[in-house]
Amino acid sequence: MALNLDYSFLTADVIKSNIVPGFEYALQLTLVSAVGGIALGTLVALMRLSSSVALRRFATVYVDALRSIPLLMVILWFFLLIPSGFYAAIAGDFGVNHRPEFSAVITFTIFEAAYYSEIMRAGIQSVSRGQVQAGYAVGMTYSQCMRLVVLPQAFRNMLPVLLTQTIVLFQDTSLVYAIGAYDLLKGFQTAGSIYNRTNEMVLLAAVVYFILSFGLSMLVRRLQKKIQIIR
Amino acid sequence: MSDWLRRSAELMCKSTTDETVYSTCFAGKGDLTYLQWLFQAWGWTLLVALVALAIALVIGTVIGVMRTLPNKGVAFFGEAWTELFRNIPIVVQLLIWYNVIPELFTPLKAVPPIVLAFVGLGLFTSARIAQQVKSGINTIPQGQRYAGLAMGLTLAQTYRYVLLPVALRVVLPTLTSESMNIIKNSSVAAAIGVTEMYYFATQAGEETSMHATMYLGVTILYFISAFTINRLAAGVEKRTRLPGAIGGAK
Repeated sequence: MALNLDYSFLTADVIKSNIVPGFEYALQLTLVSAVGGIALGTLVALMRLSSSVALRRFATVYVDALRSIPLLMVILWFFLLIPSGFYAAIAGDFGVNHRPEFSAVITFTIFEAAYYSEIMRAGIQSVSRGQVQAGYAVGMTYSQCMRLVVLPQAFRNMLPVLLTQTIVLFQDTSLVYAIGAYDLLKGFQTAGSIYNRTNEMVLLAAVVYFILSFGLSMLVRRLQKKIQIIR
Repeated sequence: MSDWLRRSAELMCKSTTDETVYSTCFAGKGDLTYLQWLFQAWGWTLLVALVALAIALVIGTVIGVMRTLPNKGVAFFGEAWTELFRNIPIVVQLLIWYNVIPELFTPLKAVPPIVLAFVGLGLFTSARIAQQVKSGINTIPQGQRYAGLAMGLTLAQTYRYVLLPVALRVVLPTLTSESMNIIKNSSVAAAIGVTEMYYFATQAGEETSMHATMYLGVTILYFISAFTINRLAAGVEKRTRLPGAIGGAK
């Protein structure tokens, strides 16, 4: 009936050698693919709103395709399809030895871009048409108008939503078990299996993910209130 | 490429136990082709998703309503529920249902993993649905709630006849994307041993060393599932749309 939890094995050494590397990787994966995903996503959003039919179609297929496949399958596909020469080319032996970890970064960047692009599209569409017309009226080109007038406003309006999506992204990093990358969850599981304390480690993983995600979403909520006042 | 396609097609019609290739792609009693195995896995995927969706809709609506009630304790319970199930990754939640909960309630040890997947995925999604239901109720002007209460309706009647008929129809479009999400999220159930499509993709890929073939089959079926749910939900949405709302019936 009782769980008889025993955390006595969890010394600073165990944490440092098993969990910290996983935590660091989960953070790197989140940050790199959030930044890359938002940049790529903005590009896709611009394509989707462009006047070129070909670009629009490409962007629609990109977004719809990635959004109807489970992330786990996308992770498997990228791991299968990216040749190992690619990892050697970007990071030498280190890349070849950390193939799952690098593969996940590329996968998440491209996958999350589909989700970020929908957010950025809503953001761009929330900027009033008068702003664009004013930009053109003072002689700006399309790219100047986007860079200097529309995107900064779109980005600021959507900042809370972009950050919320990034918290989801952080939770999704736990799915890299599909290709065996060493993330936060894997760190806990490794420690749990070495010391035969699976239950303790799964529960602790839940607590850590909860504190991080809940804490960050509280911060996002405060930011949202602040932005509302500025507007 | 065409050679790969030919080999893939042949593989899907091959027995999973011996080297027999069935011309119809369907083996008789006692044997199974890879295509049949894939369809079985598809069945498990749909079963997990649909049962979990039913659980999520019921519990999510209840929790969403609780979060809008005047009673502080009840509202807090609803908020806590939502935050708990929203801020822990789905795979971690499923591992807890699989490893930890049966230790607490030993009768659950006899329960097959798929039932734990129903519950785990259902409760995970209930938090998201509760979020939608809450904001749906909050979009209704406060005056309607007061009008209902002023007419002498009880709080329960106000929800039943005034608030929920509007709120639930407002949130329907977002439920479409939740139904698609639950199909995708069901792929995590393989982590606790449910033999659904992700399990098939890795397992059959491993057995045959034709990973791309198996992934492709699974990906196509995920596409079809997502697309079908999308169409079904769009139909429901059209029939229940609020007259007068943007894009609503005139």
